[in-house]
Amino acid sequence: MKKHQVMVEMKKITKSFSGNLANDKVDFIARCGEVHALLGENGAGKSTLMSALTGLYRPDSGEIRLRDKTIELKSPRDAIEHGIGMVHQHFKLVKPFTVTENIALGASTTPFLLNMDKVEAEIVSLAEKYGMKVDPRAKVWQLSVGEQQRVEIIKMLYRGAEILILDEPTAVLTPQEVDDLFETLGQMANAGCAVIFITHKFKEVMAGSDTITVLRNGQNVATVKTSETDQNKLAHLMVGREMTAKPLEKKGQPGEVVLKLDEVEAFNDKGMLALQSISTEIRAGEILGIAGVAGNGQRELAEIVTGLRETSAGKIIILGEDYTDRSPKEYISAGVAHVPEDRLGTGLVPNLNAVDNILLKNYRNHRGHFLDLKESRKLAEKMVEDFQIKLSSIDDPIKLMSGGNLQKMLLAREFHSEPKLIVTVYPVRGLDIGATRAVRQLLLEQREQGAAILLISEDLDELMELADKIAVMYEGEIMDILPPTYDNLETIGLLMAGSKCEEVGV
Amino acid sequence: MSNKQAELTSGKLTLAWEKRQLPSPWLSVAIPIFSVFMALFLSGAFLAATGFNPLEIYGAMLDGAFGSAYGISETLVKAIPLALAGLGVALAFRMLLWNIGAEGQFYMGAFAASWVALTFPDLPTQIMLPAMFLAGALAGGLWALIPAIPRAVLGVNETITTLMLNYVAILWVDYLVYGPWRDPAGFNFPLTAPFSAAAQLPVYGTTRVHFGLIFALVGAVIIYIVLQRTKWGYEIRVIGENQAAARYAGMSITKNIMLVMFLSGGFAGLAGMSEVSGITHRLQHGISSGYGYTAIIVAWLSKLNPFMIIVVAFLLGGLLVGGYNTQTMGVPSATVSMIQGAILFFLLGGELLTRYRIYFTRKGENS
Amino acid sequence: MTSDQIIAILAAAIVAGTPLLYAALGEIITERAGVINLGVEGMMLVGAVSGFTVAVGTGNPWFGVMAAAAAGGAMASIHAFLTISLRANQVVSGLALTIFGTGLSGFLGKPMVGIVAPKTLAVINVPALSSIPWLGPILFRQDALVYLSYLIVPLLWCYFYRTRGGLNMRAIGENPAAADSVGINVFFLRYVYTVVGGAFAGVGGAYLSLAYAPTWLENMTAGRGWIAVALVIFAMWDPVKAMLGSYLFGGIDAMGFRLQAMGINVISPFFLKMLPYIFTVIVLIIATRKSLKKHIGAPGALGLPYDREER
Repeated sequence: MKKHQVMVEMKKITKSFSGNLANDKVDFIARCGEVHALLGENGAGKSTLMSALTGLYRPDSGEIRLRDKTIELKSPRDAIEHGIGMVHQHFKLVKPFTVTENIALGASTTPFLLNMDKVEAEIVSLAEKYGMKVDPRAKVWQLSVGEQQRVEIIKMLYRGAEILILDEPTAVLTPQEVDDLFETLGQMANAGCAVIFITHKFKEVMAGSDTITVLRNGQNVATVKTSETDQNKLAHLMVGREMTAKPLEKKGQPGEVVLKLDEVEAFNDKGMLALQSISTEIRAGEILGIAGVAGNGQRELAEIVTGLRETSAGKIIILGEDYTDRSPKEYISAGVAHVPEDRLGTGLVPNLNAVDNILLKNYRNHRGHFLDLKESRKLAEKMVEDFQIKLSSIDDPIKLMSGGNLQKMLLAREFHSEPKLIVTVYPVRGLDIGATRAVRQLLLEQREQGAAILLISEDLDELMELADKIAVMYEGEIMDILPPTYDNLETIGLLMAGSKCEEVGV
Repeated sequence: MSNKQAELTSGKLTLAWEKRQLPSPWLSVAIPIFSVFMALFLSGAFLAATGFNPLEIYGAMLDGAFGSAYGISETLVKAIPLALAGLGVALAFRMLLWNIGAEGQFYMGAFAASWVALTFPDLPTQIMLPAMFLAGALAGGLWALIPAIPRAVLGVNETITTLMLNYVAILWVDYLVYGPWRDPAGFNFPLTAPFSAAAQLPVYGTTRVHFGLIFALVGAVIIYIVLQRTKWGYEIRVIGENQAAARYAGMSITKNIMLVMFLSGGFAGLAGMSEVSGITHRLQHGISSGYGYTAIIVAWLSKLNPFMIIVVAFLLGGLLVGGYNTQTMGVPSATVSMIQGAILFFLLGGELLTRYRIYFTRKGENS
Repeated sequence: MTSDQIIAILAAAIVAGTPLLYAALGEIITERAGVINLGVEGMMLVGAVSGFTVAVGTGNPWFGVMAAAAAGGAMASIHAFLTISLRANQVVSGLALTIFGTGLSGFLGKPMVGIVAPKTLAVINVPALSSIPWLGPILFRQDALVYLSYLIVPLLWCYFYRTRGGLNMRAIGENPAAADSVGINVFFLRYVYTVVGGAFAGVGGAYLSLAYAPTWLENMTAGRGWIAVALVIFAMWDPVKAMLGSYLFGGIDAMGFRLQAMGINVISPFFLKMLPYIFTVIVLIIATRKSLKKHIGAPGALGLPYDREER
């Protein structure tokens, strides 16, 4: 097919969930030889639109035309047969399988009696063609997130996908890996594919796309050429109002050392060394940011400083006292607050109500064996008011609340006890711009009040804005600790990918 | 956010279902009742197909169980072990511990209580009964602790281990009543000598309804208060809902698994104690006719609510008495467990309705 | 003990292990596809009673075996409908299946109690092989269902690891969302493997009533369905290891029985009967420890209902 010819056209796509309109008569066109970015905030309807194109959801109304023919996509299989492949944000890979097995899985060319050598050869040639590196015999669980993404891309190409859709593909990559990815996507477009990627980051849109479609509240607000727009215009289109927010202010001076890690080591769930000789400290009123690609020991780090994981070597000192291998209960009473990665799965109990959820950390302080239910209700009501949490009733299961309000409730509970140390992991993941700002503001308030904060983040901009220093983690080690300036951005990126300081030239 | 367009199409009408945000409250009550009726209907079809008249049989069952003061008292007699074991099972289920070893824990409770009664026959009632109570509860609890420890420490599947120990407990009691404990004056029947009068639970009037009923009622109240009002009950509720959050909040899951299993077994052991002390007044072969298994149905049917357990135990006790009543009509005794299994099937299937809203929609129509 | 006695015990171990093997293979198939079915005991019982009834009625034990497979499969389809389509709790549904199967088999089997089947599965000596010293009398003087299991085990292994179907099956057990995304019909396949697993359990039950006993007794499985479930964990979801495990358990069963028959009265028969159950508990603990250490375990999505839109 010729370049710039229309490959796929979606007309007036509408889809609603439980009465909420996720897509409202959206038109969308993707062309051959183009990398097309689909930009929008969380909940703008990007994923829903692309799910319609991959047969995962069926639109309530609207039409999908492929090469000028109307098609009906009943399932992901239909989509693949039409040459439409999607790389999801959460990879659809079978972890205990090898790369080859994952790629052969479900492909129409896979014969009844498996012939893995043949598949392997094809994988290698595809990978070479687009400049990707993979080991076809490795088990997927052994691969880094970036490598897994490559497996997903090859999986789609192996199936002859000509329309490749990637959902938030850069979220899990180092800056350099992002560059490589865009390089690969560009090569695919040159080979005649239509490439679509979903994102909410302006910078990447500008760097990696030819055309941009902006969605807002389930509607297509604009489709523009990348060369004819800029970040400010895009931001305006995406949010629907001017971004006048002032940069957040950081006040106060660091105080005494609250957390000190001395040559700490720990294993992960698979029994492999996940943390290696971690030594660092955080002072009161200071935010230590942890940068790194997910899966390089961040989770384990958060778990050892909250008592949830045992260390295999080293010492954890909190306010001068040795807390190594004490129970989570003791960490809590030492004043360690924890805003975990998976807020609904770990930090909260979805089926219990707000009162019970707010009790989670301080129920032990009630006198005797009984709960003081009256007091708990009062506290819950106060928190709802103070933190402006929106909920239908404090007696309803909290799973009904939105992500932003859940996070506010979690923070309200964790900050209530005036913590000395706050461990927070990806605190704004999945939140919209308003809630993100509120959460960051709350973290800075705690910093001002003298809490030491360990902030694990995948967003370098967030770290630049909040952290007092940034430690870069790679394969369980702290590669280096740097001040949060944009001059250091490239160095941080290289460290995230595992280059040693000397190589980086610091 | 979930909306399912299931294509169970017939013609152009499509069956669609949508997840409810909250389970429908009135359906939560209606479905268990509906399940019982559907199970009776299905089993009725079976009975009819094999040449019985289901209406006649159900009539006889109803009459036998609830039709007379005697019937009701016998139903209560069956309801006591069901309620006690059901409370224990429900407590474990609440923490997602699939204790299906109530049968064995019942046997061990009965064994330990009998040991007290037979070894110290001269104890006065005030000491004898509390000692039997403690021995029964302790033995049931310890028996449940055997699978609980590997479950808590290593995550060994407790469903299988609790069940395996049922067979061991039953064989142990059989060994005693066929062997060393057999009553020499018992004409070679597999039973022990009768207990002294001091080891017998008081009964109500001339019925066989014994003091175990009070154990069950008080037990239900205590469990309710513990779960809803105490710190420890709060921990159990949190662990049952979300283990990760419980760990995160510093609760000890290992300790609570063992504690809850111990209590769970303790209730089942108490059921065994009250059966030997209140009904048979001796240990004998087949002392439980599957109470421990029926207790699973009691627990699930009552949605683990302690007060509902009492009510459901009464109803299923009626099923047992009624089933017994119809055996003289040639109906196999197995009919009762068939009906029980069917109730559970319909209940499980019906739960879908409380979680999803199901409706018809025209294909391709805009909603 | 003489060598003849040892051979007799080992041959009996295979006979006693075969019903466990069929049931365990069935459960492996079901669990590999991500469905846990604790109703094995119930399915075996219904298989045993229908196999026996049909064999008595037709005079042909093979019709009995087929009927047992069909009955086991039908029972499993209830579980499949409840857990796959209606996403009911798999543990409770399996328990319900066992309770229902116990009742149903007792109900259907009432007229069969005390009847002797006119023809049961006969022992066939394999020419040549059966005269190999030791191995011959142990392995090759058995009935046809035993020989069939010798074939099924390697075939299943090949299916699991060497074919497209096996790959798909393992994928839906490990990560149904991944399988679904490449167009594998998770719901349909889980139905198929659950029903096939039930058919295997049914055959295991029929082996009890047509070859092992051979007669019908209420509750004649005596916990073998549960032992089979434990065997699956012991075998790490592998058919070959399941075969070894089944014979091991069969050996314990046979030994207790033999010791009793030989009139060794040192240990009460009640304690001998406890052995398989106690052994199951111990083995399960050891197997769980081992899998913890090696970080291999159950299929990733075992016991979890699949809902495409739940993320």
